[in-house]
Order: sequence, then structure tokens, then C-alpha cells
Amino acid sequence: MGTHHQLYRPGDSVVHRLPPQCKLVAVFAFAIVVVATPRERMWAFGLYAVLLGVVAALARVPLPYILRRLVIEVPFVLFAFLIPVIGLGERTTVLGVSLSVPGLWAAWNILAKATLGVVASILLAATTEPRTLLLGAQRLRVPTLLVQIAMFMLRYMDVIVDEMRRMRVARESRGFEARNVRHIPVVARSAGALFIRSYERGERVHLAMLSRGYTGQLPVLQEMSASARQWLVAAALPAAAAAVLGIAL
Amino acid sequence: MKSLEVSRLAYAYPDGTQALFGVDLVIERGERVALLGPNGAGKTTLVMHLNGILTPGHGTVAVAGTPVRKDTLKQVRQRVGLVFQDPDDQLFMPTVRDDVAFGPANMGVRGEELERRVKDALERVGMLEAIDRPPHHLSFGQRRRVAVATVLAMEPEILVLDEPSSNLDPAARRELAEILRSLDVTLLMVTHDLPYALELCERSLILSDGVIAADGPTRELLADAELLARHRLELPYGFAIPAPGA
Amino acid sequence: MHVPDGFFTAAVSVSTGVVAAAGVAVCLRGARRELDDRTAPMAGLVAAFIFAVQMLNFPVAAGTSGHLLGGALAAILVGPYTGVLCMAVVLLVQALFFADGGLTALGVNITLMGLVTVLVGWAVFRAVTRVARGKGAITVASFLAALLSVPASALAFTVLFWLGGTAPIDVASVAAAMGGVHVLIGIGEGLITAVTVGTVLAVRPDLVYGYRGLAPALVLRGAEGSVTVGDAPAPARSGGAGPFLLGGLGVTLILASVVSYFASSHPDGLEYVAEQQGFIDRATDHLLASWGLAEYGEVKGVPLWIVGIVGVGITLLIASGLAYAARRRATADT
Repeated sequence: MGTHHQLYRPGDSVVHRLPPQCKLVAVFAFAIVVVATPRERMWAFGLYAVLLGVVAALARVPLPYILRRLVIEVPFVLFAFLIPVIGLGERTTVLGVSLSVPGLWAAWNILAKATLGVVASILLAATTEPRTLLLGAQRLRVPTLLVQIAMFMLRYMDVIVDEMRRMRVARESRGFEARNVRHIPVVARSAGALFIRSYERGERVHLAMLSRGYTGQLPVLQEMSASARQWLVAAALPAAAAAVLGIAL
Repeated sequence: MKSLEVSRLAYAYPDGTQALFGVDLVIERGERVALLGPNGAGKTTLVMHLNGILTPGHGTVAVAGTPVRKDTLKQVRQRVGLVFQDPDDQLFMPTVRDDVAFGPANMGVRGEELERRVKDALERVGMLEAIDRPPHHLSFGQRRRVAVATVLAMEPEILVLDEPSSNLDPAARRELAEILRSLDVTLLMVTHDLPYALELCERSLILSDGVIAADGPTRELLADAELLARHRLELPYGFAIPAPGA
Repeated sequence: MHVPDGFFTAAVSVSTGVVAAAGVAVCLRGARRELDDRTAPMAGLVAAFIFAVQMLNFPVAAGTSGHLLGGALAAILVGPYTGVLCMAVVLLVQALFFADGGLTALGVNITLMGLVTVLVGWAVFRAVTRVARGKGAITVASFLAALLSVPASALAFTVLFWLGGTAPIDVASVAAAMGGVHVLIGIGEGLITAVTVGTVLAVRPDLVYGYRGLAPALVLRGAEGSVTVGDAPAPARSGGAGPFLLGGLGVTLILASVVSYFASSHPDGLEYVAEQQGFIDRATDHLLASWGLAEYGEVKGVPLWIVGIVGVGITLLIASGLAYAARRRATADT
């Protein structure tokens, strides 16, 4: 599922320049406000969308870019459409289909909140360089080891996905194409080979680290600090959303 | 002053396979030496001993007079700069800057001195303009040059390169040769690319079946067709070196 | 399968967040024991591998296709602690850099796709390999482990959604449907996992964590006949699966209680919805409603907090039971 193309779009906007930890907190707080909003207040979700639109405009992230990335939601959108059918409670009939009223509300609730959440995440990922985003997470007390693992994953993700692609090309150039269940073993054997390559590369990377004096701690090279003003700027989004929520309640 | 001194080095892997059977070699400061040998001769195993990744089963390794032991690992790893064959193994940090800084930072270098070392090392391999780029966005040849820089930043006594010319196109190969020639360090180059050895190193060693089978001027070794054949080494088609004095 | 924002109430998001954080914290310590200073690079590379194989689609039935979750695979190849870490990092990276999976749903995603798949997969794998040794047994165990890990994750999702989702559903029928579909997907997952593990086993058996200690003991042949040297190497205990599963069980119970508490704080049942004809006007009621399935105080006369604990915990209870049985067996063997 999902594309493996990263979302980051280099740029030099107000949003790009904010320290990553500020943006992380802002997006997270925004998502919480959205999730906590009663689903009957449809206008509130409209206002949230406007807020995200303002951020997108400030960050100069074009709308089509965001819409393309929204595709990621599709599997759960399908699930959301199922809920009115399988839901309980009072039922109503739409176009000859009997649907659950609470189910319909739930479907709306999921669609609205999930979409706002995804768009906020897209804006975060599009305006923050992956490495600094992880450093920001580290500032926010995400365990260092976890951040380091993610750093290595980020570094080698493309290398390994490329290796997998080359294996697929090799398979296909010999006339193989995975069409049904019987072909799974062939694909899986490449996965096994890929694991061995990945693991052995991990060992070589570890040796390369040892060779340059690694003793179990990665040196901290960059301290990401954020000024009060930057925190204030970042807080604008969740604060505005919270104000909307306040009215909605 | 000897940069590297290996004596009677023997090693067997945990599974019992013996790879080295008493290796002796001495490299003087400032020398550029090629270590030649067919696949499976024990070249990589030998290299892994030079900075203490593997511990000798017998014999000793000394770098600039310091014996390689558990308690000297830190100094030794600073003095022996190992450049791995696959630059993707060596460039593991998210940006070129972080990667080049990794070694000296582990040595405790910080701040302006660290920045100076990083820039200096990148300058020497002609990659300064790539300082803020992620390594996986560079070409293969560029990545290998950055890999050399990561080691240079540690200001090593001796630079050890594993198959430096592999997978390089002719232009990248020539550029790397120029860079290596311009460096003012002791150099040990492990390779089976004989013309590259001839181009860069005045002296060569042949490692075969876990021992040093020959040691002499590169030109002389490569002119000895019988010696090369005995150790499964071959010059490329059409490439011939006249025997000295002939 | 990545759950976006808005699927679950804030209470579920928070409690699963706590569960996920606790699980990851336990695994950070466990992985350090398994890999010491190699943890960061090795787990990073394995996470990248899992990320890559998750892109493998396989045909399920009637034109639909599934994709690998990889939890059981990770557990068998690199051990349960490192496996959970890899899954958690993959999910974190997907949420942060690909907007795949909501930020507020990160706890749900790590719990369902990291903890549950790895726990169930590893427990099943250990249970089977305790009974039978050898490479054939590993393949069968891998197949079953991966097969069961998928419906287990789907059922955990269903139960979570029933307790703290944003819509009332008939849990039994949805669970049956979800379970059924995911058994099919699980077969694909099982096949890929079994063949992948088998391939690694054939080339580098030393790399398969689950195989360590399962290799047959060495035999020496001499004049006085064949002698078996010692026992096989000590099994890959990873500190035993016991503490791991007990920890999982503990956090599950906490999760279940928290969710149920919020759910039962509005105990007047189905009639409530009917009376109100849908919407509730007072804000505080809204918040409460969004806290959980406030409308459902009890199910067929059983107080919800009991149902909650039983419901959410059932998968892990089974897993713990299996592991316990396996341990008993192992003790009896020696």
C-alpha cells in the first residue's frame, strides 16, 4: 500500500522555516482538536479546512499536490462507506438501500476527520526535511534509539526498495509475472534474498561505524532549538482550530 | 617510521575455516602500496585486522608503532582509515556533512574544529559543494569520493581502500586516481585491478592462500606473467608490461 | 490497513497510545539485549526491509489483492523485541513522511500492526517449534504464525472499533466478516512468510532468529560409534517470551479498562439514541458521546467493563496461553 515517494518539497516559506518540533506539536494538537469536534458541527470542519488552506498557501504547497497524496486514504474510505450498511440503530432508506443513521454519521465523521488529518500530515511532511523532522521528534523526547533506527531506515529505504525493483525486473525479464496464488513462492524467494542482503548490509554498516570510532552512541551534532516566537507562530494553527472548537461546543 | 607492521598474522573464522596463515608485511610512512590477490585469498580478512575489527588468532599488527589491542582500539581506529568497497555501507548518515563528521565527532572533535575538518576533507576529494546533500542522491563515483572524505576527516596515518576502482566508469576512475595521488598519506590499496595498482602504487604485495607470496615494485611483479598466473591474477586483454630492462 | 484520524474516539487513541508507548519501551530494552550496539543500524535496515516487502502485493481472491503486514515475519527473522521496534519505526515513518496513518491513530496502528501481529505471530511460532524441531517445522510454524497474525490483528481492530469506534456495529457479525476476509489475506501472508523464512534458512540459517537453538545437536562419528556432543545450543530465549506476553497482557487490561470506563460512563443503552432521535445538543454530552460507545452500557446483561477486558484481551490471552503451554512443555522436556 502507499507510495514510497517522499512528500518533502524543498522551499523557503514561513512554514518551511519553523523548527520541526514546533510543527510536529502543532499538527498533533490540530489533529486532536479535529478528532474532538462533534461530528454534527459540519461548519466547524469547513473552517478547519480553510485553516489548512491558509497554511498550504503560506507554505506554497499546490492543491493538486495535496489531492494526489490524498489517495492514501482510499482503503479506509471504502470501510467508511460500509459502516452505514452494517451499522446498528435507527435506519433510513437512501436510493432504496437501508442504511443506519448512526452509521451514516460515523461515515461522515471518519471521512471528515481522516481527510483533515491526512492533509495536515501532508503539509507537515511536505514542508519539513525528513531528517530534521526526526531530530524534532527527538527534541520532543521520542527515545533516541527509536529516532536512530528511523534515521537508518530513512537512509536505506531507497537502497532496499531499489534492490527489490531490480529483482522484480530480473524476474519479469525472464517472463515471470505474479498473477495468482501459485506465484507467491517465487516472489517470496526474492523477499528472502532481499532480507539476507539487508541484514548483511546492516552488518557491514555496523563495521563501517566501528571503523570510524563508533562506541554505541551516535554523536549529537545538531541542537535544534526553537524560540518562543517560533512556538507562537506554530501555535497559530491549533489555537485557531481550538477557537473554532470552542464555538462549536 | 613504519606506518603499518604486520607480523606472523594468522586467523581462523569461528566456523574453523582458516583464512590467514602467517602474514608479514611492513609499510613505511608515505608509501603507496597495492595488495593484490585473487578472490578468497584473505584480502578482506587481512584488512579487518588492521583496525581491530577482527582479533588475530596469532601474531601482531601495529599501526605507527601502536599495537592493535582492545585497549588501543580507539587510537588505532583513528589512525587507520578504512574505505569500504560499497560506499552505501560507509555513508550511513542522512547527509554528507553528518557522515563526514561522524568519525571526528566520535573522537570528541566538536564545534568549529569539526566544521573545519569536514570542509577540509570534502575539499580534498572535490565534493565540498555536496555537503548538505543526502548521500543517496549522489552518483556512485561521487559517493566513493565522499567515502574517502569520511575517512580523511579523521586525519588517519594510513588510508586503506578496498577495491577502490570497482563499479566506476572510466572518468570517475581517473578522477579518483587523481585524488588519491594528491593525498599526502600512506596508502594501502586492496584490489585485483592490476592497471590501477600500476598507475597508483610503486610497490605491490601479492596475497595468496593466506600468505604474502610476493613483494616488490609493481612494474616488476606485473611483468612476471608466470607469477601472476600462479596466483590467478590477470592483466586485461591487450595490456602488457615489458619486463624491466628488456 | 493504516488507520487514519477520526476512526476512533479520543479515549481509544490515548489508551492505545499508552499501550504502544509501553510496548515500544519494553522492546527498546529487549532489543538492546538482543543486538547491543548493533541495534540502531540492524533494526534500521530490517525496518527498511519490512517497508519494502510491505509493497509486495499478492492476489487474494476474485481480483482483490492484499499486501504483507510483516509483523510475524519480522518476529521470526529478528526476534520479537526487534520485530516490534521495526514495525513501530515503519509505522512512524509512514505516518510522518508519507501521511499514511493518522498521527492521533499512531497508537492504534502500532498496537494493531506492531504489537498484536508480532505477539501473536511469535507466540504461535514458539508453540509450534516447541513441539517439532527441524527446518520443516520452522516453515510450518512460520506459515501458521503469519496466517494467524493477520486475522488476530483484524479482530483486535474490530473489538477496538466496537468499544471505541465512532459507530455502533454488531460486533459478532463484523468480527466474523473481518475474520473471514483476513484469514484469506492471512494465507497469502503465511505463504510469503514461510517461503521467505525458508529461503533465508537455506542460505543463512544463522540469520533466522527463530531457528537459533533449534538446530539439531552435533554428532561425532568415531570408533566407539556416534556420539552426540552436548545439547543443541541454548534456545533463543530473548529473555523468554513469557515476560513479553505478560507485559502485553498487562497493558491490554489497562487499555480495556480505560476504554470500558469511558464507554460505560453513559450507561443508558440503545434507548438513549432512539429517544434523542440522533443528535444530542448539549456540548458536554457530545464530548462524552465521542469518548466512546457511550450508548452501550451493557451487552446482553453483561456489564461493559467485563466485556471490554474479555474482548480486547482475548487475542493476547490466547497468545499467552499458548506461550505458557509451550514453556511448560519445554520444562517437561529437560
